[in-house]
Amino acid sequence: MINDQTHNGSTSRYQSLQCLRSLVLSRFQWLMLCILLLALIMVASLCIGAKSLSISDIYHVLFSDQPGLTSTIIFEGRLPRTLNGLFVGMALGTSGALIQAITRNPLADPGILGINLGASLTVAIAVVFLGATQFSDFFIYAALGSLVASLLIFAIGSLSAGKVDPLKLTLAGIALGAVFAGLSSALILFNPLAFDQIRFWTVGSLDIRTLAVPLYIAPVVIAGCLLALSITPALNAFGLGDALAASLGSNPIRVQIVGLITITLLCGAATAAAGPIGFVSLMMPHIARWMVGPDQRWIIPFSFILTPCLLLIADIIGRVLVVGELRVSIVTAFIGAPILIYLVRRKGASSL
Amino acid sequence: MIANSSYSLRTPTRTILGPAFVFTLALALIFFTLFIGHGIGDGIASNLQGIWQLIIGEADKYQSIVVWQWRASRLFAALIIGAALGISGAVFQSLVRNPLGSPDITGFNVGAFTGVLIAIALFGNLYWYSVIGALIGGLGAAVLVYLFAYRDGHSGFRLIIVGIAISATLTAFNQWLSLTVSLETAMTAALWSAGSLNGMTWSRIMPATLLILLLIGLSMLLNTRMKLLEMGDDTAAALGISVNKTRLVLMLVGVSLTAVTTAITGPISFISLAAPQIARRLHPQRHITLFGSALVGALLLTSADFIAQHGWQNTTLPVGLVTISLGGLYLVYLIIREGK
Repeated sequence: MINDQTHNGSTSRYQSLQCLRSLVLSRFQWLMLCILLLALIMVASLCIGAKSLSISDIYHVLFSDQPGLTSTIIFEGRLPRTLNGLFVGMALGTSGALIQAITRNPLADPGILGINLGASLTVAIAVVFLGATQFSDFFIYAALGSLVASLLIFAIGSLSAGKVDPLKLTLAGIALGAVFAGLSSALILFNPLAFDQIRFWTVGSLDIRTLAVPLYIAPVVIAGCLLALSITPALNAFGLGDALAASLGSNPIRVQIVGLITITLLCGAATAAAGPIGFVSLMMPHIARWMVGPDQRWIIPFSFILTPCLLLIADIIGRVLVVGELRVSIVTAFIGAPILIYLVRRKGASSL
Repeated sequence: MIANSSYSLRTPTRTILGPAFVFTLALALIFFTLFIGHGIGDGIASNLQGIWQLIIGEADKYQSIVVWQWRASRLFAALIIGAALGISGAVFQSLVRNPLGSPDITGFNVGAFTGVLIAIALFGNLYWYSVIGALIGGLGAAVLVYLFAYRDGHSGFRLIIVGIAISATLTAFNQWLSLTVSLETAMTAALWSAGSLNGMTWSRIMPATLLILLLIGLSMLLNTRMKLLEMGDDTAAALGISVNKTRLVLMLVGVSLTAVTTAITGPISFISLAAPQIARRLHPQRHITLFGSALVGALLLTSADFIAQHGWQNTTLPVGLVTISLGGLYLVYLIIREGK
């Protein structure tokens, strides 16, 4: 919708400058609008659930610290999952946009790159050999798994060539991801107990019942998002190809290394806190791109504001739709897929 | 001068060595799979004379049944299904011009799993019900993707995105279903989704074989058009190819190949993704050819099935698990070697 303005306003230099100004402003206004939306959704996520709470209830509990039923609901239920949704969403959106930029492939996401599958493998190992049974036990194994997986993938995709080759990185991700998936299936397919636990973990959930998890991942996610923002101008140059980027004065290798470190941090945090939630990190950067055009300085902020919106809305709907609660990733797919199909069918949908 | 002559010598050696190695490996595998097994029929044909008797049909009845009814049918299934998967992968990677392209993008495998989950939940674990469920679910998903992606023709990119969206929805549905049904049903379905050649008798493989051979022939006929389409829609149109029609027919061939194989064995993943890429790296001019992809696919599945039967003590693993691990490791090796 905003892109159209650029096409019309090219008659004179003055006009195009004006247009540029209004473009920047309107993107900025959009961003503010999205932040407001996110804040509203977070409040709604605190209020809505099996027991509805009013905003004044929540205000009292948060700032007066009285024990009671409402306080338990807030501190052990709603607040952790809302914060978890916020940070996991930020991490997923940002890492998706970064992976797509670094691999120059609009189809890449942590799932396709095999990072989630690495986490699944370590969780499977933990369940089968180390006797982990609780979701909280899985946190550290999932974090470890996605860290090791992404380091391995990046090492194979880049070190052998002496530089990061986007195509090679993608293929390395697919290849290693396949190995991880094969091994973890072999571990759990003949072990009904482990299978039963893993089938619940792999669906992913924001409902973690403790404030510790979002507080653990918060610094990592915030640092990752800041790192991502810091390289956005260089990412724009990088998108033009190695040679052009170098001639524009940016160092492609440094951008890629910072990008890969950021992706590692963000994917590790998200997978550890919520399980392997796929699809959103693939989809939201596309939506951001269609809203604001191909400029990474806007794609990344929009991705990390909009992704938690989608996750939290999905989580709220999952809470109220059926009695036993639908998992967030399931609702996300059912909301996200139609939006994605609608957008890709519009005229002028961009590839990257 | 010296550098020149060594270059001109090296190229033909390399050209011959790759295929020769693949061919030898294939023959050795076929030999071992047929005549040297373990479990039931262990120790059949422990000497060359015994093997000769089996080949000319003078061995005792029990041995012939084990070798020609059980092992040969399974080996044949591995060869033909591997070839089919390799070709469907090559077709799809060419169609969407992306190494991530594989029949999975049409949502076929996910849809087939939906069908099987429903079939197992409703009727229990019966082979032909699963086959029908897989066919209905998979083709339904592919039709959905095709219809949603259609808008003044198809673009490869739109096809992939719609495929991903439909797959994500169906995956979510499958996950919800497998959390809702009993653990036993969920595990049966999960075993199906790992892809297995267990119980591939001649009566199960024969109907599929006819279809697969027909489809492979069709894809070979379309080869030239496919290569022209890779040059871009406009160029292909200028060269006299009707772009949309060709793309539709190619997609139909690719999806049908996947449909037939998935329905009888469950989704054997990764072969359609890896076979064309491996074939390209073995090809002297680094081209992806349909024939090469078929050969590599057949060899990959045969060796994977050999490992699935003999690699793990006392258990026959689902071959799909082996294909993804083995194919993945080999792709990793190729990527590392190529960088040096």
